[in-house]
Amino acid sequence: MPGRGDRGGEKRKPKDAKGTLIRIVKYLSEYVWVVVILVILSFLSNLGNLLGPRLAGKAIGATEAGAGHVDMSIVLHYAILMLVFYLGGSILNFLANIGMTRVGRKIARNMRRDVFAKLMKLPVGFFDRNQAGDIISRVSYDIDVVSMSLSMDVIQILTSVVTVVGSFLMMLIISPPLILCMIFTIPVSILFTRRMSRKTRPLYAKRSAAYGVMNGFAEEMFTGQKTILAYANEDTITERFSKINRNAAEAYRNADSLGMQMGPTVGMINNFGLAAIGVGGAILYMFRIIGLEQISSFVLYSRKFSGPINEISNIVNEIFSALAAAERVFQLLDEPEEVADLYGAVALENCRGQVEAKNVSFGYLPEKTILHDLNLEAKPGETVAIVGPTGAGKTTIINLLMRFYDVNDGQILVDGADVRRYTMQSLRRSFAMVLQDTWVFRGTIFDNIAYGKEGATMEEVVEAAKAARIHSYIMRLPQGYHTVISEDGGNISKGQKQLLTIARAMLYNTRMLILDEATSNVDTNTEQQVQKAIRSLMKGKTCFVIAHRLSTIQNADKILVVDHGDVVEQGNHETLMAERGFYYKLYASQFE
Amino acid sequence: MKLIFRHLKRYSKWVALAILIKLFGTLVELALPYILEHIIDYVVPAGALLPVILWGGLMFVAAVLCRFINVKANELAVNNAHKISYNIRQELFAKTANLSGNQFDSFGLPSLISRMTSDSYNVQSAVQQLQTMCVRAPIMLIGGVTVSLFMDAHLALIMILMLPVLIAVVIAISAKGMPMFVKVQEKLDNIVRVMRENITGIRVVKALSKSDYETRRFAAANTDMTKQDIAAATMMAMPGPFMQMCLNTGLALVVIIGAGRVNNGLMKPGVILSFLTYFNMISMGVMGISRIFMSLSKANASANRIDAVIGTHTDQQILSEQEAATPSGEGFVRFEHVDFSYGGEAAPGDESGFAGHEREKALSDISFTIRKGESLGIIGPTGCGKTTIINLLMRFYDADAGGIFVDGRDVRSYDKDELRKKFGVVFQNDMIFQDTLRENIVFGRAVGEKEIRSAVEDSMAAPFVDGLENGLDYEAAIKGANLSGGQKQRILVARALAASPEILVLDDSSSALDYRTDAAMRKAISEHHSESTVIMIAQRISSVMNLTKILVLDNGKCIGYGTHEELMQSCESYRETYTAQMGAIE
Repeated sequence: MPGRGDRGGEKRKPKDAKGTLIRIVKYLSEYVWVVVILVILSFLSNLGNLLGPRLAGKAIGATEAGAGHVDMSIVLHYAILMLVFYLGGSILNFLANIGMTRVGRKIARNMRRDVFAKLMKLPVGFFDRNQAGDIISRVSYDIDVVSMSLSMDVIQILTSVVTVVGSFLMMLIISPPLILCMIFTIPVSILFTRRMSRKTRPLYAKRSAAYGVMNGFAEEMFTGQKTILAYANEDTITERFSKINRNAAEAYRNADSLGMQMGPTVGMINNFGLAAIGVGGAILYMFRIIGLEQISSFVLYSRKFSGPINEISNIVNEIFSALAAAERVFQLLDEPEEVADLYGAVALENCRGQVEAKNVSFGYLPEKTILHDLNLEAKPGETVAIVGPTGAGKTTIINLLMRFYDVNDGQILVDGADVRRYTMQSLRRSFAMVLQDTWVFRGTIFDNIAYGKEGATMEEVVEAAKAARIHSYIMRLPQGYHTVISEDGGNISKGQKQLLTIARAMLYNTRMLILDEATSNVDTNTEQQVQKAIRSLMKGKTCFVIAHRLSTIQNADKILVVDHGDVVEQGNHETLMAERGFYYKLYASQFE
Repeated sequence: MKLIFRHLKRYSKWVALAILIKLFGTLVELALPYILEHIIDYVVPAGALLPVILWGGLMFVAAVLCRFINVKANELAVNNAHKISYNIRQELFAKTANLSGNQFDSFGLPSLISRMTSDSYNVQSAVQQLQTMCVRAPIMLIGGVTVSLFMDAHLALIMILMLPVLIAVVIAISAKGMPMFVKVQEKLDNIVRVMRENITGIRVVKALSKSDYETRRFAAANTDMTKQDIAAATMMAMPGPFMQMCLNTGLALVVIIGAGRVNNGLMKPGVILSFLTYFNMISMGVMGISRIFMSLSKANASANRIDAVIGTHTDQQILSEQEAATPSGEGFVRFEHVDFSYGGEAAPGDESGFAGHEREKALSDISFTIRKGESLGIIGPTGCGKTTIINLLMRFYDADAGGIFVDGRDVRSYDKDELRKKFGVVFQNDMIFQDTLRENIVFGRAVGEKEIRSAVEDSMAAPFVDGLENGLDYEAAIKGANLSGGQKQRILVARALAASPEILVLDDSSSALDYRTDAAMRKAISEHHSESTVIMIAQRISSVMNLTKILVLDNGKCIGYGTHEELMQSCESYRETYTAQMGAIE
């Protein structure tokens, strides 16, 4: 399927390794003192491990006296001292490890926290463009990669730096000429690593993106699993997944087989250095510039010098994949947010419920205008019904009222002021709504109904449920209001979900109410009861009702007939019927 | 772990090769410093240049060789891991796509998603590490032990005695750690669930200004997972230092006992010294192994979670002709005294609650018969079991009692796809996939352009599809977000009609359509799909009153069955509903 594979990969910004690194460091900086302490701990533990052999050497030195002359008390003294240092080293090492593990996990937690907070701030359109699975993949996979790398690699690198610099200085002191033999390895290693990183980093970025695409696809298909089974389509879908899966697997192979060249290659450069020391040392020795002793200890330090470099180069691929993963997380964090409140925006308080739209035009895409020149007025307590054929732009009007989107032109006024002059939260809090797509979450029925009103009491919830005519159904459940609904309300029908969301809106006492095809999935018996309940709920509220069943909106004060984004007729049921226009035709069609 | 080994087996030759090459590379790598030592100790003091250059050249060659071998080994390992992880994911996906309704419910969607996204990745890393990391550490450990054994068996005995203790501790800790990682992954399921809920319900969350509340809810799940993760990781960080401590204690004993032996003239001091060197090697090996353990026990937990899905046995056996029930009468679609309740065999870990716990009957004693080309309407209040009938008919679930027959055969005797290919269906919460409208209609079947066109026309989707710039090639957004409710329903009906199914099932599929479109659609279907047997679930009697038979359900029981006229006579509830609905329109 062409084009399918590269969704999610759209509009990748140019890679900026430094920026990504700096942002990771920012997360680390919150724990800067912990990290400093951990580095000191692990440095001390290394020290313990270094001193151990020296003490052991002293203990052994005491045995040089030969059979029958060994002073066991000295041996014991040093052996115990050695043990103390070793044990101390191990304990410190353990502490440093778990400390860094904690820091890594906490940073992961903070990243997840920030991602979620960001999701809350993104405009609703973002979620129509990005697969849930891809977003989840950033939290479950990408952040995990970053956290693992932080836990494992940071301490190792920081402590290695000490060892590397220290042993380099020691070598310099022992024999500056000899160091010239191996000094070439440093720039060569650095140049090589830089060149490789330029090649591998895009591959790791591709790898992360490919996982995102794969996870997005899997999430979508698992969500629609029943439909896929119903159409016996599972083989085709599995076949399609196979392509995406192969892409991901290959992206992984491409990135890692190149990334894992780095370790052995840097190792080779280091080994060249060792060979050069051997040969160079021999030549210097022949010219009597240095002695054997010096060469020996130089070699010891050169091994201390190259050891950590080898180790680090072996985990360089981990670091690169962590950078790529972090980049995807930061990319999400950089998405443009929902428009912020204007400077000086005020909270909408004691809302009266006066709503007005003036010359509003709007389109989701700039070149495709959906609403052309919308005008409407709703006085406090009035009911405005919006009718029209499917796709005429009814839901769009609601989107604008709630400021899920902002108008392109014209303005919408609540209580006489432009909605953009209010804070977003206070504006939205002034509306209660029951939407076309009902939504429940995993939690008790009580929680689901009380959702709109913090601190709602059981009495209030029961009352709302009774008003929504779902109380008796709830009471039939073994745990009543404490019954847990699974995610997406998998086990309850759409109609029951709708009743729950109506109960939720009942509890959420506001001056304005939006009903978007609220009763379309409820059977007619229930619908009539709900209608009664809703009518009492609507009392004193400014209401916007979208319904295809014209019977449900006959009592509206004002009916807006929308077609192709224009208000083609406006009036109440009687006047519109008398006009014998579009509304009349729509109404009559029910009886055909 | 079984999962990993099962898949490793398929590539056992290549894995063995990767390990072998890595082994060779590691040996060369370990040999290099000894060459250097040899040069310093023996060649340099001799003072001749030529041998020095020769030995230096040897080192150079060894270094190049070492790189070459290790790169090859890594490539091979990555290549194996990429194939194996591909296979595991493919198997997991295919299995998940084929789970029965009960099985799917008991795992839960969020958990299935995180098994796919997170667990499969953990396994992949482990497969790679098994081949690369697991070579060096054991070599150092085994090599160190062996060499020291040859040097002085008495001293080596101290360490060898210690090994069983070490192994026991490591096994004990990893046995404890594994379930902890399972818990971590379960907590991740919660994170995935909360995220999905918020992504799908973002409009409600925003409308009710519940961002703060949701952020707290997420924070709870997030903190929960972090705590569990830290606990598991701390547990797994223990074996390494512990082993090191044991070895170091052993080393102290070696020094003391060695000194005693030297004192008794049983060995030379130099032996203790070289013992120290090899001890260092052993201890590095031990550290490496503990690192491997950490990542393996995490992978093991994940592998078991994946295996739990892959290993689920098909709970719906296809019955042979002898086992299958036979219908006691004719009819194309036939229910005979069907009983059913959800959550029949709740799998362990199921906490979805609701239907699972109560086992209230969703259907009891349901019977009906439709002949080919006839139609059935199902009507009844919300939650009365209308959709359950479809779930059983299409065998998403199996009935607890009674018989369900399609075309004279027990539904359980059909090959799964054979049965479902007879259907065209629109569910209540049906999905539009992110794809073109055409692909959404074709949906993987061999449907020609002509069939698509007539399906689009019969479903009344033609006017709006033709109005789109790209027509059928219009890209539907995720879950059809760029289509209105009515547009989605029409595309879904077109999908159901496209393959001219033998049985057409429409579960409340016109709720977002206006009356006129709804009526026109029903008319087109009855005219152009007269061969199809139609089952229609609806809220309005006007939608079903012209159908051959109507089944009235209440609370899982049949309270009326017959034609519209018969029901008007016999079924009070039906009559009441009818009057109410007609009254509402007047």
